[in-house]
Amino acid sequence: MSGQLRVQNLGKAYRDWGSEWRRMASWLVPGIAPRKEHWVLQEVSFTVRPGEAVGIVGQNGAGKSTLLKLITGTTHASKGSIEIAGQVAAILELGMGFNPDLTGRQNVWHAAGLMGRSRQEIERAMPDIEAFAEIGEYFDQPVRTYSSGMQMRVTFSVATAFCPDLLIVDEALSVGDTYFQHKSFDRIREFQQRGCSLLIVSHDRAAVQALCNRAILLDHGRVRKDGNPEEVMDFYNALIAEKENQKRVVLQHASGKLQTVSGSGEAVLKRVELLDAAGLPLEFVGVGQAVQLAIEAEISRDIPQLVMGYMIKDRLGQTVFGTNTWFTGQVVNDIKADSHIEYRVAFPMNLGPGSYSIAVALHAHATHITENYEWRDLACVFQVTNHDQNDFVGSTWMTPGIEVRQSSEQVRVTSAQRTG
Amino acid sequence: MKGMLLAAWRYRFFIISSIRTELYSKFIRSRLGGLWLILNPLAQVVIFAFVLSSVLSARLPGISNHYAYAIYLMSGILGWSLFSEIVNRCLNLFIDNGNLLKKLVFPKIALPLIVTGSAIVNNLLLFAAILAIFGLLGHLPGPALLFLPFLMVLTIALALGLGLVLGVFNVFIRDIGQVVPVVMQFLFWLTPIVYTTDTIPAEYRDLLKLNPLLPIITGYQDTLLYDRAPDWSALGLIVLISVFFLAFSLLLLRKAAPDMVDQL
Repeated sequence: MSGQLRVQNLGKAYRDWGSEWRRMASWLVPGIAPRKEHWVLQEVSFTVRPGEAVGIVGQNGAGKSTLLKLITGTTHASKGSIEIAGQVAAILELGMGFNPDLTGRQNVWHAAGLMGRSRQEIERAMPDIEAFAEIGEYFDQPVRTYSSGMQMRVTFSVATAFCPDLLIVDEALSVGDTYFQHKSFDRIREFQQRGCSLLIVSHDRAAVQALCNRAILLDHGRVRKDGNPEEVMDFYNALIAEKENQKRVVLQHASGKLQTVSGSGEAVLKRVELLDAAGLPLEFVGVGQAVQLAIEAEISRDIPQLVMGYMIKDRLGQTVFGTNTWFTGQVVNDIKADSHIEYRVAFPMNLGPGSYSIAVALHAHATHITENYEWRDLACVFQVTNHDQNDFVGSTWMTPGIEVRQSSEQVRVTSAQRTG
Repeated sequence: MKGMLLAAWRYRFFIISSIRTELYSKFIRSRLGGLWLILNPLAQVVIFAFVLSSVLSARLPGISNHYAYAIYLMSGILGWSLFSEIVNRCLNLFIDNGNLLKKLVFPKIALPLIVTGSAIVNNLLLFAAILAIFGLLGHLPGPALLFLPFLMVLTIALALGLGLVLGVFNVFIRDIGQVVPVVMQFLFWLTPIVYTTDTIPAEYRDLLKLNPLLPIITGYQDTLLYDRAPDWSALGLIVLISVFFLAFSLLLLRKAAPDMVDQL
């Protein structure tokens, strides 16, 4: 069994010993206890099965990096256990231990050595590392002449040159230009296909949802949620918006997915419905069909302003489209308690076939981060089917106007060449 | 202990390449390149040999060579520079490599081994320079030279043991990093390197014997200048002290490692 990771009841405390002498005495004399303990991780338990990709998300200071350091082995746990089967490689920081005066190649030797690789192994991997970095002649120039993007390319190439059983990555995925980002994503996917387990810390929703089949939300050093990436990211989103006296409910949606509803409750959603042009409720929508989204909000307390936003997400939870009345310049001001507000959003369903959901939010400003009255994921779920358009693939329907011109003479020439 | 050595063996490539990198990076952007590796110790020795010995041109009893003092001086310097380089580097070893220790998993024992390796290379180059000067001065060391490797190993063991203990403590109490260089200055002058033991008053000579470096440095002078075996009975105690410090430092390293990373 390779690439298996089991974390049980893990805890990490930074200790205050009162004085350094006391600390030093504790190494040699058993039974000396620290004055104060500051727990940054507590009761963390989870398992990563071979070949699984798990994303760790959470706000700054939630304990993500500490968790990764514990699993990598640079720091030691104060409590609990970590069992790892197989070889671990970690990319906690790119460019570790690079010497600016050495060439890229010399630094690769050094960095790979630091990963515990032997001379032969590095020699074998070198052509691949050089090819993957794609920095041409610069590979034999001193690193101080590199741009930061080039340095990133080299470091990422070394760090992923040897396929481990468990790869740990901390926010290192968004390196370099778009081209290289795609390349690094592909490499990580390739590892995954070879059966390597993945543990990724990222704030990038798209990266987590694209790469991981599970996500774990850490909050104040504890596991807050462990489940499929979409649900966890929705919950995380709500957590960011969480303020004092806000309530958050997780409901089981009819589709079987978990639905997160959060907000302070000054304004609540009474109705969210997808209707056809005639005003009848819809569940199956044809590609290109004109639809309208009907939203009703009820105001329970006086609020200075109200913004309604909606977001259409695909099956994987990636946002396809979203906007709000702040961006369209339709903010409603000075609303008294007990009033109703109705929104009608009309648009053609220019999406590809598949299952989609709509999240709706009521808040006061451009984003829901500050004053969030209500945020409702999966407020409405629908299917897009294609029954009257030509076949196509993808998540967006872009009506094409294809022109085909055929020149009979040229065709004759080519076919003549072929026969000749 | 066995685990530590095994880990160091697995990382042998890294250790060797780090030593090479360290030496290489010293002169990488200079015109003369690798020549500096030999020019530096040579200049140091020339200063001691000619400037100091003409200023303090005392003759040593029992030696006919006019340059006896210069040879005496260089013998002591050879031992001292090995000792002080290792102690000074170990002192800040963990602090300087803090980021590495926090972010990467590798055997910690590799760090002092790299320091030792590069110190040995530097010292051997100094030794080569010294031999060249000896030749110029018309002094050829005799068969007692065979004892020198033993003295070097002992110096390294003592310096490494002491340096690592101080290096670990320095992570927690940074004052140590300030105090030790001062103490090293004192130690240099409390060791008969520039002067001979006979020049100090008899009542202080016993105090001098508390200095663990004394038998080692005297040993260097015995083998290089007087061409005789070092004083084994005095060195025996130093061997015990070195082994004790070395064992203690490895124990400390193991016990303190988890705390150390959190403190860096």
